[in-house]
Amino acid sequence: MKIHLDLAAVRRTKSCEYAIRFLFGGLITAITGIIAKKLGPQVGGLFLAFPAIFPAAATLLEKNEKRKKQRKGLHGARRGRLAAGVDAAGTAMGTVGLLAFALLVWKWLPDHSSWAVLGAATLAWIVVAISVWASIEAVRNRQRSHRCREFARGTARRP
Amino acid sequence: MEILFRALIGGVVVSAFALLGELFKPKRFAGLFGAAPSIALASLGFVIASNGKSYAALEARSMVGGAVAFFVYAYCVCVIMMKYKTSALLTSSALISVWAAAAFGVWLLWLR
Repeated sequence: MKIHLDLAAVRRTKSCEYAIRFLFGGLITAITGIIAKKLGPQVGGLFLAFPAIFPAAATLLEKNEKRKKQRKGLHGARRGRLAAGVDAAGTAMGTVGLLAFALLVWKWLPDHSSWAVLGAATLAWIVVAISVWASIEAVRNRQRSHRCREFARGTARRP
Repeated sequence: MEILFRALIGGVVVSAFALLGELFKPKRFAGLFGAAPSIALASLGFVIASNGKSYAALEARSMVGGAVAFFVYAYCVCVIMMKYKTSALLTSSALISVWAAAAFGVWLLWLR
């Protein structure tokens, strides 16, 4: 599956949607800092991987997909919910990258330059996340083509 | 004042990653940005500057547990939404309790 860059999405997004993300992001970052101060780094650190923006992002995605379908005269609720579910699947894959980020910062930060470690960990996050995504897509494609071959042979139902 | 500044930086970093996620297609790929280390990047700089590297490394150690909990959370949201077609707001908000349970489970078993 090819990756596309859709620059028009920037214009499609409403300013209030940007504001919601900014508010949620800012609020959760501030709360994380307060929790770390009150309860210590062991508990505070857990919140560095809090799904801060996910509920807002999934809701906005569902609403946008629904709106797209409604413009074509369809209800769109089912499509919107499926799109948010698919987005959650991608997020689950991305968490493996987040795990790599945390491991690198934990192990390397005490002995290396802070900015170099944060940079390397961010790079590790994106590389690991994309690798997991690409591996799962490759498996899905292989399964899909296998089902198509079986269908062509007449031994399986239509994929 | 520090908390306000932290919130401002957090808002900017989280919005930037959310925007990146919106630019890409397909949706499954764009979803990767939902698990970007945005809060960590916004917070760790402050933590290193005010409490030192060892303190920040300790937070990162706990973040490993948070990331495992995030995986459990995102997987549950995905399965429930795909199977039952429930509302995104309801599902993703209600399942935050799953994240909390998983995170504190990891904390009790490994980090405490």
